[in-house]
Amino acid sequence: MPQVKPMEGNQAVAEAMRQINPDVVAAYPITPSTEIVQTFAQFVADGEVDTNFVTVESEHSAMSACTAAAAAGGRVMNATSSAGLALMWEILYITASLRMPVILTVVNRALSGNINIHCDHSDTMGARDAGWIQLYAEDVQEAYDNLIQAVGIGAREDVRLPVMSCLDGFLVSHSYELLQVEDDEAVQEFIGPYQARYPLLDIENPITMGPLDLWDFYFEHKRDQWEAYGPAKQAIVEVGEAFGEKFGRHYGLMENYQLDDAEFVVMAMSSMAGTAKDAVETLRAEGVKAGLLKLRAFRPFPAEEIAEALQGAAAVAICDRAASFGAEVGPLYAEVTSALYNAGVHIPCSNYIYGLGGRMVTPEDIVGIYRDLEQVAAEGQPPQPLQFLGVRS
Amino acid sequence: MPKNLKELSHTPLRLTGGHRLCPGCGEPIAVRQVLMATDDPVIAASCTGCLEVSTTIFPYTAWNIPWIHIAFENAAATITGIEAMYKAHKARAAKGIPLPDYIDPDADYKFVAFAGDGGTYDIGFQSLSGAVERGHQFLYVCLNNEAYMNTGVQRSSATPMGGNTTTSPAGSVIPGKQQHQKDLTACMAAHDIPYVAQSIPGRWRDLTRKAEKAFAIDGPTFINVLTPCPLGWRHAPEITPEISQLAADTCIWPLYEVEDGEWKLTYKPKEKKPIEEYLEPQGRFRHLFRGAKGAEVRKEMQQWVDYKWNQLLERCGEA
Repeated sequence: MPQVKPMEGNQAVAEAMRQINPDVVAAYPITPSTEIVQTFAQFVADGEVDTNFVTVESEHSAMSACTAAAAAGGRVMNATSSAGLALMWEILYITASLRMPVILTVVNRALSGNINIHCDHSDTMGARDAGWIQLYAEDVQEAYDNLIQAVGIGAREDVRLPVMSCLDGFLVSHSYELLQVEDDEAVQEFIGPYQARYPLLDIENPITMGPLDLWDFYFEHKRDQWEAYGPAKQAIVEVGEAFGEKFGRHYGLMENYQLDDAEFVVMAMSSMAGTAKDAVETLRAEGVKAGLLKLRAFRPFPAEEIAEALQGAAAVAICDRAASFGAEVGPLYAEVTSALYNAGVHIPCSNYIYGLGGRMVTPEDIVGIYRDLEQVAAEGQPPQPLQFLGVRS
Repeated sequence: MPKNLKELSHTPLRLTGGHRLCPGCGEPIAVRQVLMATDDPVIAASCTGCLEVSTTIFPYTAWNIPWIHIAFENAAATITGIEAMYKAHKARAAKGIPLPDYIDPDADYKFVAFAGDGGTYDIGFQSLSGAVERGHQFLYVCLNNEAYMNTGVQRSSATPMGGNTTTSPAGSVIPGKQQHQKDLTACMAAHDIPYVAQSIPGRWRDLTRKAEKAFAIDGPTFINVLTPCPLGWRHAPEITPEISQLAADTCIWPLYEVEDGEWKLTYKPKEKKPIEEYLEPQGRFRHLFRGAKGAEVRKEMQQWVDYKWNQLLERCGEA
């Protein structure tokens, strides 16, 4: 029987890892994801998993060992945050290029400097071009559900890509919520057995992996890799549907919240979406047609789907929890407005950079954004394209 | 029983010909000798470097065994990731869960990493130190040509004093590299792993026997092989084995092993030759034979070699 238990985000992730029971976990501790690794270490110590747990000396070695272990042939998982992800950066590209479906939980945290252990998305936004699928969770339940789905998405035959399953540091990782924990057997049934492709442990069929690849072939290989992201988008939708059928919680590329008739739309990812839902309810009670578009999959980026979802809006506020220094706007804004432009959808959009280094965002802050949007819609453009939310001048 | 020369010569080549390493390169000689030392299945990892770029130019490969390259500084993490997956499957099998059909249940798989001195002494040292501390079953072979040869002969911490490289050039004021090389083999012995050795490609019996020993151990092992580089050392390609022999005969690169903490010389030159016999055939040291400054550097090098040799003799109980 599935059970409902109070759990922190990190505990929920560790619980999903226990149920997935990967062959190899190679990990290194870093705040705020440490609890995942240490909870899992206890599962190993207590014989609750079959996993070979490799306690590497750095995140660079963690991702190197994970990539190699996946190449050997088997299911591989890991968890990290912030500087840890940054130290993996070189290898992230290689994991994706070698088409290794490694699953990495990223508990989002600000990058230094100055050093800050709290939430923002600068770590995973920095890795957005590395070739990994990226899913962002709003709450503890989603963090758990996303991780289980990540297994099937990444390892699908026409995808074969690594997946980052992201949750907000402290806001979700250290928050207790009621979690529906599914049965171990049901989770195992859902993920199925791992199918290795060209495993290095196949001595009879030796292959050379990671060769020197120059101007005569490298480009074709990159183009081939490019073609995996369409099927990846499809896989996120199909695995989300299958998950909904089995467990009753349905997932897609995004979640539309009060969006059908919405005039004023906030677009956000992760825990901010939960806060925004509160604001939407407040405004709906006043008769304001407020709606929320929560993006779950940032990679692959569902450009057409976003344009379709937003086309009826009068004004949209796109919220970035990361700064792209030197750019005019945040990364989510840049991609969403590009998607709208390409789809021929012309809506005034404003960009908010919020919550850097864990700065609190309240429902009132978000209500304020909706109020701004009424003005943006009336004037046909925002007073300025980019604003910092809740920052002292 | 160690294989004799005839048996070795009949061992199928795991690194075939047709690769694009330079004529006279010490690396493929060392790699073949190491891989000939076991008949068990072997999976290899390499770091970025000459061996990697010259043996795997897509769509060709010179490897007849499973081989992987991920990056420069992570050969040890890479090979231990593979070993970890193998051990994971074997541990599941011990609980009655069937092995994947691509794993031979009766074979005893071996894991070997080949990495250059840059990938071992410098950028990959952390990865190596961590991997041996964790106690994985693997052999790490450092193909030490004493500089970053793949990028065009830059100094590494394995470059000997006086060595002329493109980042420690011999100039009118500074005569090549200013520091002695790092004693990495002793560093690895200090990790208290079951087996550590130094060898050269010029004495096949020495290297193959050491590789045999290492492969037989269920734990981390390390062999540091001095692999002459005709391009970077600027010597004639046909004297590669002789140059490596001179490194042993001058005690610049002594041949020894450390087995379970026991230090042992595996070759003691009948007569310890002066370092000049090793330095002279190599263009990278030519500037040391001009003027008073060069003579000073040679003197300091000889003193250091004597000091290290006496230290080694003491560790081996031969002082």
